[in-house]
Amino acid sequence: MSYVDLDALDIARWQFAITTVYHFLFVPITIGLSAIVAGYQTAWIRTGNEQWLRLTRFFGKLFLINFALGLVTGIVQEFQFGMNWSDYSRFVGDIFGAPLAVEGLLAFFLESTFLGLWIFGWDRLPRGLHNACMWLVHLGTLFSAYFILAANSFMQNPVGYEYNPDTGRAELVDFFAVLLNKVQLVTFPHVVMSAYMTAGAFVAGVAVWQLVRAKGRAAADTEGTERPMYRRAARTGAWVMLVASVGVVVSGDFQGKIMTEVQPMKMAAAEALYETEQPAPFSLFTIGSLDGTEEKLAITVPNLLSFLATNDFEGEVEGINPLRERYLETYGQDPGEAYYTAGDYTPNIWLSYWSFRLMMGLGFAGIAGALALLWATRRGRAPTSTRWAWLAVSLPLMPLLANSFGWIFTEVGRQPWAVFGLMTVDRSVSPSVSAGEVLTSLVVLTALYGVLAVVELRLLLHYIAKGADPHEEPVVRDDDQDPDRPLAFAY
Amino acid sequence: MELTTIWFALIAVLWIGYFALEGFDFGVGMLLPVLGRDDRERRVMINTIGPVWDGNEVWVLVAGGATFAAFPEWYATLFSGFYLPLLLILVALIIRGVAFEYRAKQPDDAWKRNWDLAIIVGSWLPAVLWGVAFANILRGVPIDAEMEYVGGFFTLLSPYALLGGALTATLFLTHGAMYVALKTDGEIRHRARALAVRLGLVAAVVAVAFLGWTQVQTGNAGSAALFVLAAGCLLAGIAMAGQGREGWAFVGTFATIALGVAGLFVALFPDVMPTSLAGGTSLTTTNAAATAYTLKIMTVVAVVMTPIVLVYQGWTYWVFRKRISVHHIPEARLAESAR
Repeated sequence: MSYVDLDALDIARWQFAITTVYHFLFVPITIGLSAIVAGYQTAWIRTGNEQWLRLTRFFGKLFLINFALGLVTGIVQEFQFGMNWSDYSRFVGDIFGAPLAVEGLLAFFLESTFLGLWIFGWDRLPRGLHNACMWLVHLGTLFSAYFILAANSFMQNPVGYEYNPDTGRAELVDFFAVLLNKVQLVTFPHVVMSAYMTAGAFVAGVAVWQLVRAKGRAAADTEGTERPMYRRAARTGAWVMLVASVGVVVSGDFQGKIMTEVQPMKMAAAEALYETEQPAPFSLFTIGSLDGTEEKLAITVPNLLSFLATNDFEGEVEGINPLRERYLETYGQDPGEAYYTAGDYTPNIWLSYWSFRLMMGLGFAGIAGALALLWATRRGRAPTSTRWAWLAVSLPLMPLLANSFGWIFTEVGRQPWAVFGLMTVDRSVSPSVSAGEVLTSLVVLTALYGVLAVVELRLLLHYIAKGADPHEEPVVRDDDQDPDRPLAFAY
Repeated sequence: MELTTIWFALIAVLWIGYFALEGFDFGVGMLLPVLGRDDRERRVMINTIGPVWDGNEVWVLVAGGATFAAFPEWYATLFSGFYLPLLLILVALIIRGVAFEYRAKQPDDAWKRNWDLAIIVGSWLPAVLWGVAFANILRGVPIDAEMEYVGGFFTLLSPYALLGGALTATLFLTHGAMYVALKTDGEIRHRARALAVRLGLVAAVVAVAFLGWTQVQTGNAGSAALFVLAAGCLLAGIAMAGQGREGWAFVGTFATIALGVAGLFVALFPDVMPTSLAGGTSLTTTNAAATAYTLKIMTVVAVVMTPIVLVYQGWTYWVFRKRISVHHIPEARLAESAR
């Protein structure tokens, strides 16, 4: 496709991809870190150990820097469906709008209100209640994840609806079927567990960085508290990663089987499996022609794909070519003229294949990093050699990028459908919005996101480098006796 | 009552909540260069809304989500039709939200000045544009038989629509000044109160012009009553501010916005987005609505959740009831730059 051919549909797709992947850089850290910060604070209240308070404050600050961007980029997500995808909104609004509205009412109010209370409430609330505010923020993030994933799961596997020929739209007949969609029931744990893994990696990476740096500043650490504190943080981060990774792997395994059942083409695309095989091997790495007709080099694990897809090492996995025939029979209608020829229902194989591998590979690399860190911090040890600096930097990036590739995979693999089997992407776009308008919005938002990414990263690195404040006095509650008492926290 | 009517009313409630709450935090941001003479005073202003602005902003997200769920056609036509104004609002809300959080995170002046600018621009733009958008919804825009908006960006900038923008801007300025007067102490409090009176009088003139125009154009008995009440509350609020009764003055502008927006929705009903084209289709509470089943589910959620939200949001205002003045603002820690 040449540059001049770019139409509103292409640009809207690019915008959705860019804004969604960008938004989801902040979301998992918000979900996971809210729990870790709340946990540190609870540990402080329980033990009275100042180190936990210092970690609460330190990671709380980093949490807020991250939260700000997650919040504002989330507004774009909600507006975007109506702005760029109005035909989609008309067609499924009766079903898709409800979880979005409930998300706002149940989750966004909870998150934003209690976060405000937590940020400014150090001297206004009793300790336990103040800590509860952060736990409620975390609960809000989980509600939010649940409802938005229920909406996405509907797109992967529409349930609880009926097509009404009179109104020409899909209509909700069973809300609980939408909320308990079998895709949703495995996607929610997968996403939330990867969020914990990402936040754990973030905490561990920051802590290792501080441990490595602390070695060079040993003289500054007169009380000898830095090392044990960051070692604690490194270990909590690594343990969160490790425990969460079990959830990620188990839920991911279930997802594979359900995906094979409800979106077999996506599974075939993930594997670039053109012909049905029984048993099917899992390809770790393939170099071949782009259309998959010729394989030049491949490393495969025999029978593994059969197991991933069917829970049986000898199971049959359908290939792209027979599936294409089957989809043509089932869905009859052409999958949209913009990108597909009649009867073709094949997503971008190259992107599906590689994003699937990168997601898994980076996820497993993260697990290895967590194990290495737990080993290096065993029995009072702490990694201080500068060789560990690379782990500090790469550890958070692994699950973070794995998340991005996971979303790229699951969304690309659904193509050409916006809602699987019901509506294709090229019929979802807003008919009244011109290419120029979408282009304006793409350019403006991308430029703004780019600038904010630089600002955010610099701020984050600045505060990470600064480390936890050397002393944190527990804030005494404001009893309103002293009218001139300064605020415990101010912007 | 019809479910669609209930949902029309609920959407009106969400917009009322949004404008009455975020209205004052927009106003505070808009007045930042006027009332905040130095960094300390600007920090006082920002900290009066610090704990609450985000919760206020959620009202618009819920209004958007509820419109999507209850009136999908309205959501689709409105958001794809008012494309560029909404893009501007998005940009404004993004830079503004980030600015509150990031402004105090670096000690240097240029950093703060830039974020101040983001707060000011980010507050002015939506304050004007929401008014423009609502005026257009009331007056009707070119919508074809397929419910698609067929106008352009400049279609939206009629004199009536611009007057609507002027009304929301002046009302939010007044509301914001009342809020600063209520929530601060010291010199800035007195300046804010005096300014609120003057801004209120300007807003009153604009309000009479815009609401009168609306009443002639699309009004009914109900909207007339609400508009008169709104104007009365505005004048009462101004009078209260003049007497130094800041709490009642703020209640006055709060009620003005609530009654005014209620009046606009009453004037709009039963349309939700009328067309200005002869052969076009006006979107109404019935032809834009979701199914009765979806509305029923949503009603249950709204009836259970809204009171809970109101309680904990109200509690936040109680927790942070203390007035703030310049000596409450902690010095930026010197260690920030030293390390």
